[in-house]
Amino acid sequence: MSQRTHIYLDHAATTPLDPRVLETMQPYLSEDFGNPSSVHGYGQRAEAALEDARGRMAQLLNAQPEELIFTSGGTESDNLALRGAALAARQQRGASHLLISPVEHDAVAKTAEQLAEHFGFTLDLLPVDEFGMLHPDEVTGRLRPETALVSTILGNNEIGTVNPISEIAALCRAHDVPLHSDAVQSGAYLPLDVEALGVDLLSIGAHKFYGPKGVGALYVRSGTPLLPTQTGGSHEAGRRAGTPNVAYIVGMATAFEIAQTELAAPTAQLSKLRDRVISGVLSSVPDSQLTGHRAQRLANHASFVFKGVDGNALLMLLDNAGFACSSGSACKTGDPQPSQVLLALGLSPEWALGSLRITAGIHNTEEEIDSFLSALPHLVKRARTLETA
Amino acid sequence: MTRGKVVVAMSGGVDSSVAAALLQQQGYEVIGMMLRLWSEPGRESSNRCCTPQAMSIARRVAGQLGIPFYAVNAQESFRKIVVQYFLDGYASGGTPNPCLACNRQIRWELLLERALALGADYMATGHYVRLVRNPGEPVRLFEAVDSHKDQSYVLHVLDQPKLQHAIFPLGELTKPEVRRIAADLKLPAATSKESQDLCFLAGQDYRGFLRRYQPNLEQPGPIVDRAGRQLGAHSGLANYTIGQRKGLGVAAAEPLYVLAKDHARNALIAGFEHELGGRELLTQPASWLSGRVPAGDFDADVKIRYSARKAAARVTPRPDGRARVLFAEPLRDITPGQAAVFYVNGEVLGGGLISAEPGVERSNATVITPQAIPVL
Repeated sequence: MSQRTHIYLDHAATTPLDPRVLETMQPYLSEDFGNPSSVHGYGQRAEAALEDARGRMAQLLNAQPEELIFTSGGTESDNLALRGAALAARQQRGASHLLISPVEHDAVAKTAEQLAEHFGFTLDLLPVDEFGMLHPDEVTGRLRPETALVSTILGNNEIGTVNPISEIAALCRAHDVPLHSDAVQSGAYLPLDVEALGVDLLSIGAHKFYGPKGVGALYVRSGTPLLPTQTGGSHEAGRRAGTPNVAYIVGMATAFEIAQTELAAPTAQLSKLRDRVISGVLSSVPDSQLTGHRAQRLANHASFVFKGVDGNALLMLLDNAGFACSSGSACKTGDPQPSQVLLALGLSPEWALGSLRITAGIHNTEEEIDSFLSALPHLVKRARTLETA
Repeated sequence: MTRGKVVVAMSGGVDSSVAAALLQQQGYEVIGMMLRLWSEPGRESSNRCCTPQAMSIARRVAGQLGIPFYAVNAQESFRKIVVQYFLDGYASGGTPNPCLACNRQIRWELLLERALALGADYMATGHYVRLVRNPGEPVRLFEAVDSHKDQSYVLHVLDQPKLQHAIFPLGELTKPEVRRIAADLKLPAATSKESQDLCFLAGQDYRGFLRRYQPNLEQPGPIVDRAGRQLGAHSGLANYTIGQRKGLGVAAAEPLYVLAKDHARNALIAGFEHELGGRELLTQPASWLSGRVPAGDFDADVKIRYSARKAAARVTPRPDGRARVLFAEPLRDITPGQAAVFYVNGEVLGGGLISAEPGVERSNATVITPQAIPVL
């Protein structure tokens, strides 16, 4: 592969696996390969590891072990939460109204849209302010007796804004409507205590907090109706069929343990880097704007829009200069559509097409950030000279 | 120390993949780029190029070579420039060749600009043509060694500023040799066979496309003979191709052919087979690869469409920038909107789009349809 030296500033896309995590996974990829459902010793050892992981994660989440369903990742967790809770709510109480924010990850938004388009649900969007922030008082009037589920993202993947989930949760609870929150981006930066948050469902994905890809979890508060969407064997208490991915689940539990117990020091360091990025970019790049909330945002997350810039071209120039960044949404195929999330903040396409997301990680240094900051202004300038494709 | 940085315009096809591999072997620092072009909404996956599958193959090739790869979105430019050129060409009564516009304004302009912005010294494509560089002289463009694959016709639109940056690694190779290199390197390649459709028609008839995007071309009018006598009625000029025999709906003693289109009167001019053909043509303002207009008349081999044989002719550059071409023998298929490209000993000297002048009186004909224009 290429010998290019790169500074990785895309930790919202994914993070490198922590070597300590890999170490705890190894036995379950080799000698302890059993299927947790088997009767014999191999199965018993695998089951012990699986349930140990569940217990450790539940404790960190301030939940009961049986409230945790292991999945293949954040997207599956979101899908199961939305589809499973919505269909169960309709089955049990005839509820067919969904309420989500306009800044949800596609895993939530597209699932809700499918439920509305093909499964007879009505879908309403909550308003957000110019920072992509939800306001609890906007929720109250939109809750209906027939609301099946509310889903609002915790830390936003694209703009970093952290929503006041516990206040929204209190309102939902008062109306007996379950609340789901997508916390996939938040695992390494916010304490995920389901009692403090007050949520009924919570999605997480391991590879956002230095765990492996392809594994995640959905917290489902005891008593919250959920229709399984993947059927088969009676794994995960009949709520998610399929042989559990033991090694990865063990890895996720270790990674989550490290992330949640060591939260304070890394987030303090990351927010310093983040603030350095934010002030550096805004002061050196003309016609630039921060997207998302200035203070209420994920500790590692800085996101911007630049007027009159093709975001894709800028990413290409940055990569070529040795900086791995993102525009904030999938753009690998060169799709020029402005992000729905950025449009929801009230940005014009001229601004929204020029987005850039810098998400630092625990291995980034101030020197790396400074080298990025010194390269960016002339790359933006060069991107602005390019004909708009 | 590399020989320089080169961006290869990749398509997922075997030619551009081999071009990238060869340049890497030759010691260049290679970067892959792929244009994402416009497709009709809803027909993206049947587009002739830049389908998600082609994109994924190009990405795999880049991964295998260990080179960076970037997708460059040019959908809006392609729609505004190339598709509009295609629609306007028909609207003005011609048979446009949108590949010429794409090469000049998308591939060798927008993509080249992106390449240079990345600090590249060169841009390469998998086109089969040869360049000759001599110090202190303009870069010269020649036909490919493999005459079946030669694509110099469409690249006559390049000028010196573009040619300075161009590399064509396949010009000395034959297609079977290129296939062998791809097989030896185990490069992934698209399974779909080479198609000759225009990419954005996605295998559909161009008339349906025109109906969807330029419905005002459906203006019925008269079919007349050279003398202006009405023979019948047509359903819209764009639906007919010069040289076309079938589908006129006119009964006659001898078969009737479409001779020309009189755009001003919305009339289709039909006549007998012996009326087809012409000995001369006039181009729109011509382009000259050296950047200099030749001092006087010259003998050349002239190609009047991509897959035509070259025909001996006398080329006269005119003071107004156009060129007059007088062929040694009459040609049946001189088609306004296609290009006439001038070759001398295999070198491309220049060319220009064939003008509808000297008017509808000149008999000309073609048997090609847009579906038969290979994509380049």
